[in-house]
Amino acid sequence: MSAAVRPVRVGVCVFPGINTDHDTAHAVSTFEGAEPVWLWHKDKSVGNVDAIIIPGGFSYGDYLRCGAIARFSPIMAAIADFAADGGLVMGICNGFQILTEAHLLPGALIRNIGLKFVCRYVDLRVENAGTPFTHTAEPGDVLRVVVKHNEGNYRVDPDTLAAMRDNGQVVLRYCAPDGTEAGKATGGTIGGSSPNGSLDDIAGVCNADFNVFGLMPHPENSVEAGLAGGTDGRVFFRSLLESVRDRVVAS
Amino acid sequence: MSATERRATLEAAVKLGLTPDEYAHICTIQGGEPTYVELAIYSVMWSEHCSYKHSRPVLGRFPTTGPRILQGPGENAGIIDVGDGWAVAMKVESHNHPSAVEPFQGAATGVGGIVRDIFTMGARPCVALDSLRFGEIDGPENARQRFLFDGVVGGIGFYGNCLGIPTVGGEVYFEDTYAGNCLVNAMSAGLLRADQIVRAFAEGPGNHVVLIGSKTGRDGIGGASVLASQQFDETLEEKRPSVQVGDPFTEKKLIEACLELLHRGLVVSMQDLGAAGLTSSSSEMASKGHVGLDIQADHVPLREADMEPWEIMISESQERMLSIVDPARLADVSEVCERWDLDCTVIGEVTDSTMLRIYWHGERVADIPARRLADESPVIRTPSFKPDHLVDEPLVVSDAVYPAPADTGAALLELLAAPNIASKRCAYEQYDYIVQANTVQIPGSDAAVLRIKGTSRGIAFVNDCNGRHCYLDPYRGAKAAVAEAARNLSCAGALPVAVTDCLNFGNPEKGDIYWTFEQAVEGMSQACEALDTPVVSGNVSFYNESFGKAIYPTPMVGMLGVIDDVSKHCDARFKKEGDLVALLGPAGNAFLDGSEYQKVHFGRVEGRVPDVDLTLEKELQRVLREGIGAGLVKSAHDCAEGGLAVALAECCIASGVEGGALTAAAPPSLGGALTLPDGALRPDVALFGEGPTRVIVTCAPADAAALAALAGAVPLTPLGTVGGERLQITAAGDTLVDVSVTELRRSYESLPDRLA
Repeated sequence: MSAAVRPVRVGVCVFPGINTDHDTAHAVSTFEGAEPVWLWHKDKSVGNVDAIIIPGGFSYGDYLRCGAIARFSPIMAAIADFAADGGLVMGICNGFQILTEAHLLPGALIRNIGLKFVCRYVDLRVENAGTPFTHTAEPGDVLRVVVKHNEGNYRVDPDTLAAMRDNGQVVLRYCAPDGTEAGKATGGTIGGSSPNGSLDDIAGVCNADFNVFGLMPHPENSVEAGLAGGTDGRVFFRSLLESVRDRVVAS
Repeated sequence: MSATERRATLEAAVKLGLTPDEYAHICTIQGGEPTYVELAIYSVMWSEHCSYKHSRPVLGRFPTTGPRILQGPGENAGIIDVGDGWAVAMKVESHNHPSAVEPFQGAATGVGGIVRDIFTMGARPCVALDSLRFGEIDGPENARQRFLFDGVVGGIGFYGNCLGIPTVGGEVYFEDTYAGNCLVNAMSAGLLRADQIVRAFAEGPGNHVVLIGSKTGRDGIGGASVLASQQFDETLEEKRPSVQVGDPFTEKKLIEACLELLHRGLVVSMQDLGAAGLTSSSSEMASKGHVGLDIQADHVPLREADMEPWEIMISESQERMLSIVDPARLADVSEVCERWDLDCTVIGEVTDSTMLRIYWHGERVADIPARRLADESPVIRTPSFKPDHLVDEPLVVSDAVYPAPADTGAALLELLAAPNIASKRCAYEQYDYIVQANTVQIPGSDAAVLRIKGTSRGIAFVNDCNGRHCYLDPYRGAKAAVAEAARNLSCAGALPVAVTDCLNFGNPEKGDIYWTFEQAVEGMSQACEALDTPVVSGNVSFYNESFGKAIYPTPMVGMLGVIDDVSKHCDARFKKEGDLVALLGPAGNAFLDGSEYQKVHFGRVEGRVPDVDLTLEKELQRVLREGIGAGLVKSAHDCAEGGLAVALAECCIASGVEGGALTAAAPPSLGGALTLPDGALRPDVALFGEGPTRVIVTCAPADAAALAALAGAVPLTPLGTVGGERLQITAAGDTLVDVSVTELRRSYESLPDRLA
């Protein structure tokens, strides 16, 4: 039986207050050979998924601090184990915040410099096209995706930032439509490329092992032609799915 | 003091907002002095806000039926068939007074309330829109208005964003008349299968009455009677405790849990707790189902342990739902609620008595015929008279009072920067307008457009009302609001199908206010009849006054449109160099009366706004939709505030915006070289005057003849071509406007500077 390759199972983790769970599952299902699998915050196991996405929203109402309560959910211990075994985990927006709170990604996301929620199209430059989440893009590609968040202002200590830059862990930066201006923001001003005052214009980062990825923009709302979001978000899902397809074939 | 000790005297009744006549009526119904709990219940249920006592006799005028209408007024939301087995539930509601007192929470809970009305019907909420009005925003004396704007916009975003419901549209106006009484009208709509409608009536004696969601506290006590049904005076600050506090996180869980309960058929029916809380929800469910309910008030989970039964019954604590559950299903219902970490408590039972009975630790503290509360509250029709300020004739534009501007281009920039015209980007960029992955047209265009997943269909939404026009002529202004809403939908290529309305007026006990209300309803009704857009739901907000001065009459129209093939939707953007620009509709329909130009440039508000020709309007909209559907019309934009020139400028500005992004290196903007048609109008009036039934369209040169043929009897006046990076308008050889699109955009995007 050669053709009976089973679909790639992408776990979509639902915490109470998450609100792009359906969008994320829908985005996965727009790819042939991929199927979303619900993971529930009270679960103690991630089951037999091939990759995991923690979607965006407002887990636990963002009470206390974004992601601070979700990280203590039973499922997070299972996700940490999954990542420790090399499993691919992508966190979008609140998912990114949860992953930093869980220390699966470096840094923290604080209040936008403008002190307001911001929903806006941004241009993203792919700084590292060698990760499992971006390998179907070209280095320097500029992607237009929507951000929508209150706390997307990425912060990390200088030593870690230097190491991240050296390693290529800074995967996405906010940039101008022509790809320029990335990396110029000092975190002190709003405007320019960054919608939130993010340090070094950082929009997405990986861990040192490149199997955990977090980004503030919402690629799941940019996967279908004919909608306002466009299709530039597909590259992240395509990369993720292709990265785990080998594993599926092997199983 | 316990419930039994508190006396229900006339004095107590007046303090709760009842009149002596109403108190006497209550004593007759109850056969003597009521209990205090009964009095409190009557006071909220017979308040203007809950009983519609002044508006009911007039609202019967609205057309409410049609082949697409599955549910008209009288339920939590109206429901419209949009094809392929799908239906849309929609409704708008005011949260004016809470927002004036506490803008952030007032607006947030306004969103929360309207969203509950939608999912109560079994629909998943898929859009939110907000129609907002504040006072003028310039200068130190208007600091409070900027504070209100900031708070209201922040509150809407806080709640709607958290729920994951895209806020896709709305409107914002700034007029002095709203300074003491801002307007916050929150609209929502949801999608459901047409055969899965849930209606909110109790049935089945012996069934449980189950309260789901948040615990009950003292917040919002008297929200309906004290806050919503009285005008503002110096006691504004004291009313702060009557404002509810919102918890969108709980509401998000409620949405998921309740939709699961409804779709799995685990509950008999459901009703949200809004104004007047447990009292209104229980009496309405009982009255509609012709049954009674026995409520054990001491079973209600409380936030504050020492609450009295009357407080529990009228508390407006948010994020609560009442449902009727067959005892055999209770375990399943509890399981779902537990999974979402929501309280789920049996607080009573359906009876065959038709009475609403409240018990407190076994003692009966209220016993009222449910229909008396919900359906048989008093009706009041105020003797009405025409207000003094209305005139019969339109202005004669005199050069002495209205000198033509020396620099027409500068006047255009002044108008583009006017807060009522300028881009509201600073508001809508605080709203998640793209979540749920259905948004086709984001805010900033004539209408919001969404697709229905799994189909080729689209649905479109607008909010429209020009309060100043309604002030000058409530009949014509309200009629024009309906026509404009339908026109905006048609500009997007959508067929207008139904209306939800939010009628914001002053004190209905005043004859002139009541007259404007009657006139507005008449104007709206005629337009709704002519344009085949029945009213399916709505809300009346009276007492929008501060210190005795009423707001402009503001009958806000929310409208739904449908597009069979959403890929054929249209927007305002000039698309291509060389395309022809034309005005569809009568070129002479431009008046100074009530225009933004009159207000901004001349500082006056006077005259009489024109009447909409509904026959021509309907024909124009048909031409638009067919032209868009056939691919002849490449862009369409309504001429509204600021008239023809502002509409043209907006088409140019929008052309440089791709994917909604506004960045320094936006694609080259398209301008246009245009010539005004010869006419009797003074050029500035032709450019900036306002009038209905006019739309800027563009088409490819090769399609010009086909479009003209399609237009038929609807005037189609060629204006020029798209091209270059400047907007140039000439008339009779004179250059009136020659401004770069960059400059136009700078003025149009300047609202944040004025709000800073």
